[in-house]
Amino acid sequence: MSDHTPSTVPSQGDGHGAQVATMHEADPIADPGVHPHQWRPTDVDERAAKRAERQVASLFGLSAVFAILFCVAYFTLEIGDNHDTFLGMGASTVALGTSFGAALLLIGVGIIQWARKLMGDQEIVEMRHPAHSTDEDRDKVLADLKTGIEESGIVRRTLVRNSLLGAVGMLGLPAVVLLRDLGPTPGQVVGEYEGAGLEHTLWTEGMRVVRDVVGTPIKASDLEVGDLVNAEPAAIFETDEHGEHLIEGVELQIAKSKAALILLRMEPDDITPGRGRENWTVDGIVAYSKICTHVGCPISLNERTTHHLLCPCHQSTFDLADSGRVVFGPAARALPQLPLAVDEEGYLVAQSDFTEPVGPSYWERG
Amino acid sequence: MDTTKIASTNGTTAATTGRPSPLAGVGTWADERLGLATAMKKQIRKVFPDHWSFMLGEIALWSFVVLLLSGVFLTLWFTPSMAEIQYEGSYDQLRGIHMSEAYASTLNISFDVRGGLLMRQMHHWAAMLFIAAMLVHLMRVFLTGAFRKPRELNWVIGGVLILLGIVEGFAGYSLPDDLLSGTGLRIADGLVKATPVVGTYMSFFMFGGEFPGELIIPRLYIAHVLLIPGLILALIAAHMLLLVYHKHTQWPGPGRTEQNVVGYPLLPVYAAKAGGFFFIVFGVCATMGGLLAINPVWKYGPYDPSKVTAGSQPDWYMGIAEGLLRIMPGWETHIFGVTISWNVFLPGQIAPVALLMMVLAWPFLEAWVTGDKREHHLLQRPRNAPTRTAFLAAMITAYGLLWAAGGNDILALKFNLNLNYITYFMRVAIFVVPVLVFFLARRWCISLQRHDNEVLLHGYETGIIMRSPEGGYSERHLPISTERAYSLTARDRDVVVPDPQPTDGQGVRDKGYPVRKLRARLSQGMFANNVQKPTTSELEEAHHHAEHEHELEHASGMDRPADGHQFDGHADHTPDEAPLRGH
Amino acid sequence: MRLLNRSAGRLSQHRRGPLAGLVVLLLGLLLTGGLYTVLAPAQAQKAESDAELVAKGRELFLVGCSFCHGQNGEGISTARPGYQIGPSLVGVGAAAVDFQVGTGRMPMAQPGAQVPRKEVQYSEEEIAALAAYVASLGPGPAIPSEQDYSLEGLSEEEREEAVVRGGQIFLTNCTACHNFDGSGGAMPQGGYAPQVRGVEPKYIYEAMLTGPQAMDNFTNGNLSPEMKRDVIAYLQSLETTPEYGGFGMGGIGPVAEGLFAWLVGIGSLVGFAVWIAAHTTRTSKDKVEA
Repeated sequence: MSDHTPSTVPSQGDGHGAQVATMHEADPIADPGVHPHQWRPTDVDERAAKRAERQVASLFGLSAVFAILFCVAYFTLEIGDNHDTFLGMGASTVALGTSFGAALLLIGVGIIQWARKLMGDQEIVEMRHPAHSTDEDRDKVLADLKTGIEESGIVRRTLVRNSLLGAVGMLGLPAVVLLRDLGPTPGQVVGEYEGAGLEHTLWTEGMRVVRDVVGTPIKASDLEVGDLVNAEPAAIFETDEHGEHLIEGVELQIAKSKAALILLRMEPDDITPGRGRENWTVDGIVAYSKICTHVGCPISLNERTTHHLLCPCHQSTFDLADSGRVVFGPAARALPQLPLAVDEEGYLVAQSDFTEPVGPSYWERG
Repeated sequence: MDTTKIASTNGTTAATTGRPSPLAGVGTWADERLGLATAMKKQIRKVFPDHWSFMLGEIALWSFVVLLLSGVFLTLWFTPSMAEIQYEGSYDQLRGIHMSEAYASTLNISFDVRGGLLMRQMHHWAAMLFIAAMLVHLMRVFLTGAFRKPRELNWVIGGVLILLGIVEGFAGYSLPDDLLSGTGLRIADGLVKATPVVGTYMSFFMFGGEFPGELIIPRLYIAHVLLIPGLILALIAAHMLLLVYHKHTQWPGPGRTEQNVVGYPLLPVYAAKAGGFFFIVFGVCATMGGLLAINPVWKYGPYDPSKVTAGSQPDWYMGIAEGLLRIMPGWETHIFGVTISWNVFLPGQIAPVALLMMVLAWPFLEAWVTGDKREHHLLQRPRNAPTRTAFLAAMITAYGLLWAAGGNDILALKFNLNLNYITYFMRVAIFVVPVLVFFLARRWCISLQRHDNEVLLHGYETGIIMRSPEGGYSERHLPISTERAYSLTARDRDVVVPDPQPTDGQGVRDKGYPVRKLRARLSQGMFANNVQKPTTSELEEAHHHAEHEHELEHASGMDRPADGHQFDGHADHTPDEAPLRGH
Repeated sequence: MRLLNRSAGRLSQHRRGPLAGLVVLLLGLLLTGGLYTVLAPAQAQKAESDAELVAKGRELFLVGCSFCHGQNGEGISTARPGYQIGPSLVGVGAAAVDFQVGTGRMPMAQPGAQVPRKEVQYSEEEIAALAAYVASLGPGPAIPSEQDYSLEGLSEEEREEAVVRGGQIFLTNCTACHNFDGSGGAMPQGGYAPQVRGVEPKYIYEAMLTGPQAMDNFTNGNLSPEMKRDVIAYLQSLETTPEYGGFGMGGIGPVAEGLFAWLVGIGSLVGFAVWIAAHTTRTSKDKVEA
């Protein structure tokens, strides 16, 4: 048995009761050897074996029935416009899943049952071999390696070797350079489209604030205290003479990912205006970026009573009555505020773009 | 019992062939071209030991096969494009909405391809099970010390497989371009942007411009269906080849040694069990896919960077990163005109990888501390490596806490808790609770070791209370079977490294002293408190003592040890004939 | 309830038998006659009954509400400025009363982070009386009628458009707190956004109109009445839509999915593994060699 000689140093007791005796001691109890084989009822009783055989075969047979049921369900149960339902669930998916699952499970259970009851089950012993090769093989390989290396001259001819290493190393450059056009740099996109770049959004001076989804402008007088509006810049909904949207596809997604806005009307007395932000509100209406400064989730979980805005992704909480200050959670920066004004028709407009980059922090943000 | 029947074959009769077998014909044909017989002669009847915990890795393997099959089905309809189209399919609530082709084709698979929704859900469930099974398999390998020499490389391959599986899962989660996918990508964008120095460049290169761009889904798609599955397949192949080469580990027991492997042959028993298990894993995935609605993308709607839903979580395997992000305080440094976002960079990029690396590095730390260079094929019971077991228990606790922290809003909602208090609690608990669990688990293991010795020396508790003539009460103990006693003692004694001397005999200072001292300290911390198996003399003494007691009982008029069966007709058993359950 | 239901997912259902027209005609005649007999005398007494209703409401108010909201609904402040035992009800309107009392949130059983929905304490007439009294304190939103939130009178196509638009408005304005499936979500400091799935359309409308507790207002200047109607139409459509993929596990997203993957998936597979590796029964008999 395993009376290995350890390669570790001999130990000494350290007063903690680690009674480490000599390692050469044989096992205190001798190996009684593999437990003698015992027959199963199916091995000794032909009737039991037949019964097991029938059991396994009926599992397989039942599986085939379910496979047919699967096909029946596939062709009879409708999906799409006339979706069949079963107990309020999609009948097709449920029927296909259960019949397919049952067909597979029954085959699996049948095979296992076959193995457990009918296949030979005597334990057999196989000897292990150490993972390493024989010393002879290893010496031969090392010697061959040495010969090969010597014959190549890679050790002696340093000029050849080093110039090759240098050349192969240089090949890393094309490999890296090739990836350069994965995308533009943050500086390159600026000016490419409206509101491009990390520091700009679609908001410009005088742009109307409109309701998201429907695109209608918002009169300051329409909002009551406690109203919260999910808003966007009007440019997102602008159309040309054919009714086609001017901004769509990827540009629309980029624009929305930075310009989305939260509009909230609160009691003007509740607001603690930030320095230089005294005239950024209109009758208690404040506007903040909807993009969380933590990692960029859109946030609009506002508590009307506390003016606290919560991010559903990581629970950063901002105080909208106090310049979007962080009151809880992992975000470090206040929510950027959009300076608001009203145009001559009484609709809410932006005084300018955001005065700081929206969304998550990044290295060169400063 | 006729022990000669334990042969190297299961056959009881020789196969008698009346005519040339077709098998032989095919075999010869193939061998003359491929020469496989030499390679296969040892493999067909290769022995695998039987234990339920050896099948956990198989769950991962088979769910990966389910992923390949269902994934191929999905690719037949999925369009990995972010081009904007107007939906005209059969889901009413979204008809006419502008969305990406990726999302529209996902809706198409769900509503207009029969069996499509089933396949989507099977694919998703199989993905969740794949990573879960890999982790459970990792725990088994870790707790039993199966990572020890010569299997260290397979341990590392397994660790890489888990990392790849998580990346693969995240890529798949992002493909449908629904609201949750997009929110996940947005968070990934935030994490990348938080990288010092190159963050924004990495983000712009990843997305092909500003988030979300129109390239990320085609890029993730090719990674998801070709690059990462290819790597995973190759690593699984390597993992399995090494498994075959090393032969499977086994539990210590009668006849099981470091030099052999005892179990059932590959053909037929193990092949049947493994094959049957494949159908079972497949069947469980199909049943879950048919009955449990996972990722109802039609309710989330197409991704829109201005929309979000409560309960925006990643799939469970990203839970620890999510939890770390949630409980991290908002620390950010502004210095020399640059911003360092500790609040995102640390929990999002550093900590999850560091946690996994700590687990992956443990075997190497342990090997260095013990200095053990032997091959190990017999597994250790978790209690016999208390420090290791406690370490994993602590890591699992940390994992669970972070997972819970990642779902703190759901916990708050479902258990009427205060969201903020959960976060405050977790900020402390993540440091305190794993430490507590470590010491608790270690103590627990050591007391289980004590219990083993107790059973070896004094027998098991029969539950029979004896009254002595003096009126004292004691519980009757009976010796355990030899097989069980052998299994309990078939383990190595731990070796503790003693403190080194700072100087050698001549008073010259030892340069390697600090390292040696560290090793000694670690060794003492890991092993010094462990309980070692009894020595031969201790066992003999205990048995002698027991026999003496029996004699006393005999003398006091009791014919035989009372075993509680004196009056019920079952008294004709000796302990060896009726051993405890187990082998 | 029929187990198998054909064409449940459709928003429009044309099920007309040949006699349907006749039946509708008869029903219409009966209804008109019946309504006339009920309503005609009532109109005559309307002016009188309004005042009675307010008076009755005031009585109920003094007994059940004034302890927190004050004898005249003016609210009661605590010593700490800005905090109230009960807020002023002047100007909250009948809609707020109908929502708070009609869903059982008021009267409050105990102070807490949030008032939960519970068993309704007042009868419908009593709620109407309370609403009439509070509405008399100051102008506020009235209780919406069914026309405000039903899609009656819209063409087939308009209905479908309304549902789709409602879905987008819901996902933009509501899901952040109430979740994509209307299952609700957590809010700071123990608050929560309650489940809106399965809530009666009237109460959803009133909640948007009045902003109960910590919820924001979505007054008509914010979300127009049509937009509110569309949101309700979308929620109603979700209820008639089948759960296409099977059991929804509470509609709370990936956390529940992960839990099921571990408990059901890994749990059952480990169970199977234990069964596969378990030893079968053995017999003490020896095999008789053939």
